[in-house]
Amino acid sequence: MPKAESRVHERYLRHSKKFPNVWCAGCGIGIVLHAIIRAVDKLGIDKDDIAMVSGIGCTGRMPVYVDFNTLHTTHGRALAFATGLKLVKPHMKILVVMGDGDAMAIGGNHFIHAARRNIGLTAIVVNNETYGMTGGQYSPTTPLNARATTAPYGNIEPPFHIAEMAAVAGASFVARSTVYHVTEMQRYIEQAILKDGFSLVEAISYCPTTFGRLNRLGAAPQMMRALKDNSMTVQQAEKLSDEEKKGKIIRGIFADRQDLQEYTRLYGEVIRRAKAGEVE
Amino acid sequence: MTRVLMQGDQACAEGAIAAGCRFFAGYPITPATEIAEVMARRLPQVGGVFIQMEDEIASMSAVIGAAVGGAKAMTATSGPGFSLMQENIGYAAMAEIPCVIVDVQRVGPSTGQPTRPSQGDIMQARWGTHGDHPIIALCPASVRETFDLTVTAFNFAERYRTPVLLMMDEVIGHMREGIELPANETIERVEREKTLVPPEWYKPFENLPSDVPPLVPFGEGYRYHVTGLHHDERGYPTERPDEVNLWLERVNRKIERSLSHILLVKQDGVREADTLVISYGATARSARHAVEMARQRGRRVGFMQLQTLWPFPEEIVEEATGRIHRVVVPEMNLGQIALEVERIAGRSKVRRVNRADGEMIHPDDILSAIEGMR
Repeated sequence: MPKAESRVHERYLRHSKKFPNVWCAGCGIGIVLHAIIRAVDKLGIDKDDIAMVSGIGCTGRMPVYVDFNTLHTTHGRALAFATGLKLVKPHMKILVVMGDGDAMAIGGNHFIHAARRNIGLTAIVVNNETYGMTGGQYSPTTPLNARATTAPYGNIEPPFHIAEMAAVAGASFVARSTVYHVTEMQRYIEQAILKDGFSLVEAISYCPTTFGRLNRLGAAPQMMRALKDNSMTVQQAEKLSDEEKKGKIIRGIFADRQDLQEYTRLYGEVIRRAKAGEVE
Repeated sequence: MTRVLMQGDQACAEGAIAAGCRFFAGYPITPATEIAEVMARRLPQVGGVFIQMEDEIASMSAVIGAAVGGAKAMTATSGPGFSLMQENIGYAAMAEIPCVIVDVQRVGPSTGQPTRPSQGDIMQARWGTHGDHPIIALCPASVRETFDLTVTAFNFAERYRTPVLLMMDEVIGHMREGIELPANETIERVEREKTLVPPEWYKPFENLPSDVPPLVPFGEGYRYHVTGLHHDERGYPTERPDEVNLWLERVNRKIERSLSHILLVKQDGVREADTLVISYGATARSARHAVEMARQRGRRVGFMQLQTLWPFPEEIVEEATGRIHRVVVPEMNLGQIALEVERIAGRSKVRRVNRADGEMIHPDDILSAIEGMR
């Protein structure tokens, strides 16, 4: 075993009070947190210049464990809180971590508008296709026909596709990976943090405790293996028909736009014009 | 001193800028839209930021985010938007985030009458968000008072590290009056207290003797946690009753111990009166007129205008109403502040004068109540 000091995450976690964490054994959220930490460490960003903002749910608990400026907000509102913070601290790198229910249901409106504004936030959505903390209700990304405690006869709602939605809404950078493909996910998070504009990384995860049990998908190792077996890259997917792609996780970069201007930079220009009296 | 013709909503915006407000997030709504319009033009001129968010929930969220970043921040809305903001007003109360929320009241419930005045949100201001929490709510009765109380709202927010509500109404918001604006250098501005300790000692919710721990802006080397969960002194979630109670006691105590500073009440002729009129906001203008009429008829009538609605000025009202036979409480709702007055003065003394149909209360109706005719 390497000494604790030599392990990257040890330099970023808050050891004083808040461990062990709230997540179940086998949960994928810790893998996402680790990928974020390694991405930040690789980019060499000062902890003081990073804020991590979250909403409510299992993923919402992520910021408390990590030694950044951390803001655990209300359900769905993380991006709106982060928007205010970014506007008064434009130099900060703001990581907004959300779950699928948090970002796409109660926070769906804030999500599409943050993307549309192209404000320089890095959104990381951990998609485990369910509301884990409340016990396995169906979310906006629960697959059709899947079981949930609030869909005992099977889910009749088609799911949102988070990455595609962000791209259409106007995000500068959009990528999807899974907690199995963790080095790929880390690379996308690095690119997302560096992007000058709204960026999104969808991190496909799983919930062995609620969704996995309800749908008889096995324990965490089996669900992890399914991410490997059921996913393919954008390039691989291009060669397949819609029927062949059905139910598959498509990994890769869905948007990387150079033609958009970041919102706080545009607002800086508004301030310059207002001070010059151009409006009056 | 400059003499200007100004609308109430505009005075609110200018008062905010004079107080040092440098961030506004809002969503269009009658009759508060003019505040956003003025802020959109004025804030960037002073290096501040205006943003129109996707709804009022987002507006209140962005205000808190900006305040955590160190800005004096504000939003303005009316009833329907005020309802949506309650969620994060509660967050600001829990996390002790200084900010100002303006509610230019219109008739409710629901969409109600957007262009008509009301004072129907007074109890919502106190108890609109869930859970027990202190709150400060101020209420202007003129354009000049709107300017002054907006400045005061920011000062209270920073001094006590708390959300402050400014409860305007449609009449005050849309009315234009010729007013004297105070010279900029004469305006008292309270700035956020800075911590004296290094980052490793800093606790954002520390139980200090002042009861108001300094809030260091994000990004300045003090990395800490803020949450809407109950939390310990460092901001980490807790369910330990001893830690929860420390917080609960401190946030209530920090307001209670400063009541002499927070409670703003204007009164005259109370000592020699047998009848007292207690009013606030636009209704205080009708009430003032009625009191003058009654005095001309030889009646001994006291006048009290509440500028601070919450915390309710219990002791001031108790002292004033002790020897009074009749207390008249006119308000543009079906009796909200009257509930507080009745609680203190006793129900038998209180005569309510109410309207909740979008019309102002006529001085004659208040006069009738003063004279015991209703």
